Amino acid sequence: MYNLVSGPLVWIAFSVFIGGMLYQFFRMVRMAQKDKVVLPYMSFKYGLRSLAHWLVPFASRNMRMRYETTLVTFAFHTCLFLVPIFLTAHVAMFSYAWGGKWPTLSERAADWLTVLVIFAALFFLVRRWMLPEVHFVTSKGDYLLLALVAAPFLTGFAARNQWFDYDTVIILHIVLGSAMLMAIPFTRLSHMLFFPFTRAYMGSEFGAVRHAKDW
Amino acid sequence: MGLPAEHFPQLPVVSDPGLDLNAKDLTPEQISQVINRVIDKETAARFDVYLNTCVHCGLCSDACHWFLSNDRDPRFSPVGKVKQTLWEMLKKKGNVDSDFIKQCSRIAQTECNVCRKCSMYCPFGIDIAYLLLVVRRICHELHMVPQFMQDTVNSHAVTLNQMWVKQDEWIDTLQWQEEDARSEVVGARIPLDKEGADVFYSVIAPEPKILAQLIGNIAQIMTVAKIDWTMPSFDGWDNSNMAMYSGDFETMGRVERAHHEAALKLKCKRIVMGECGHAFRGAVYDGPKWLAWREPPVPVIHAVDFYHELITSGRIKIARKFEEPVTVQEPCNIVRGRGLGTKLREIVQATCSHFVPPDPEFEHNYCCGAGGGVINCGPPWKTSRVKGNSVKAEQLAATKAHVVITPCHNCHSGIEDIVSSYKLGMHVKFFSEILMQVMEIPDELRAE
Repeated sequence: MYNLVSGPLVWIAFSVFIGGMLYQFFRMVRMAQKDKVVLPYMSFKYGLRSLAHWLVPFASRNMRMRYETTLVTFAFHTCLFLVPIFLTAHVAMFSYAWGGKWPTLSERAADWLTVLVIFAALFFLVRRWMLPEVHFVTSKGDYLLLALVAAPFLTGFAARNQWFDYDTVIILHIVLGSAMLMAIPFTRLSHMLFFPFTRAYMGSEFGAVRHAKDW
Repeated sequence: MGLPAEHFPQLPVVSDPGLDLNAKDLTPEQISQVINRVIDKETAARFDVYLNTCVHCGLCSDACHWFLSNDRDPRFSPVGKVKQTLWEMLKKKGNVDSDFIKQCSRIAQTECNVCRKCSMYCPFGIDIAYLLLVVRRICHELHMVPQFMQDTVNSHAVTLNQMWVKQDEWIDTLQWQEEDARSEVVGARIPLDKEGADVFYSVIAPEPKILAQLIGNIAQIMTVAKIDWTMPSFDGWDNSNMAMYSGDFETMGRVERAHHEAALKLKCKRIVMGECGHAFRGAVYDGPKWLAWREPPVPVIHAVDFYHELITSGRIKIARKFEEPVTVQEPCNIVRGRGLGTKLREIVQATCSHFVPPDPEFEHNYCCGAGGGVINCGPPWKTSRVKGNSVKAEQLAATKAHVVITPCHNCHSGIEDIVSSYKLGMHVKFFSEILMQVMEIPDELRAE
């Protein structure tokens, strides 16, 4: 079972993820051509200007108004990338299969960053419950997506600490990680792909066309 | 999921024949056919990507004066408005009833100023105002437009101006204002149809209809500044465009084309427009977009930009400064929409000795609550409009200014409503009214 999920399933997950992202990218480009205004107004300079502002914590007014959300959001997204890519166990598996290696996080750091992701997910959950403006627009799907993102980290942390039955937990971890990866292109997690483009377009409209800032 | 609807207080029922009567004629087939046609044929990347990228975080909420003024009621947050309209339409594949469309029209037409501040608060830069304009488009296609707004659009469609002004009335008003201007400034003229003039000056139709003195003022300013200018005697003189806001984009396109073609016909170098924000938006962005022009064919200069040029170049000299404490209402369509905030500050500071900045300011200032066609939905909606902008009243009151300068017609009317309803005891003035009081009129031009 372990061989099945750590082999073919991961292959399938990455294929669906990469294929899905490419599909969504080209679908977006085709729709952008149909939209008439998107491509003519897109500006490299102002798109980048906007992206740069929105990738720096507290660089926009709204980020400063909601400092706790800003802190948690940046920490959450940074760790979402850092932990899976630089985890010693992941790098070792990759090396074993493909050769090559890259620097890894210390186990202690990986533990802390994983806990950070889990707490950040909890923060988002509480935010969805407590803030009326968020609760009002929250659907079951939003809870499901949050759970889907948090689950690989929870199970990974449980496996690392040998909680419950290791074999079951590690299989669960791989299955959930694969599910999350495959969900990215086809759910609102696709903001991973679309964020730079929506931001760049708005930055272009504000900067190149309206001569104003958008942060 | 979300909170059940019964947790929210019932909003006051507003009677509007444009919605109440037209809703009775709608059939379910017609509704679903229009919704699906608009979404399939008239939207593409922005609509699709915006709706699929939104993670329902609610971070756009703090941008919206409607949300802030209605005790943070989530029904008034930008994303809340999209949920109550487009999400439902898409979920039900257009199979919604006429009451739902009525609600959509109320939300999109009367409770959103499409001011675009929320797109500066959305981390992804989602243009929520654009999404609500799609809702307006659907409502327009279903003839579900508030009555006063539709009447204005009908006027655009028939006369190419907003207020049913006939050509003889237009010319007569200009001549009357020219005469008035001459009583202050010797030789003041409103040159009609002058080919090759540097400036083609256009106004919104309420100026000849109810605020004619503003045209007389500009005649004096142009004469003192020695500007080579003209106004057209024919259609295309009105730069306003409520069709842009009602969702009648065909009429919007006709109005904008007529405006630009009038300037082209007179071979003018640039269009200078009076103090109006939405007119600028229509002439520079929304109109050209619809007409497939990347840029307007004739450069368009807003009055704030023009006055800045006149003052900084020394064409207009300031004899004495306006002394009462003033603040500004920064119009969304020229500050967030054109980055004219700094120039506006500079001309206010050049002409007024006591300027109190609003907080928040520049691009982050609150909308007046009247723009985006909301005030044009007429008296039935005035109460909700004024209630929906109590934050503006608090903001203005905190400045303790005596005068609010509003270089935009919609802002002017909207702020007047705020000032009177919340009893702020302030005066509301266009910048040109301040300029008229402080401008130096050379002796040789001063009428006896």
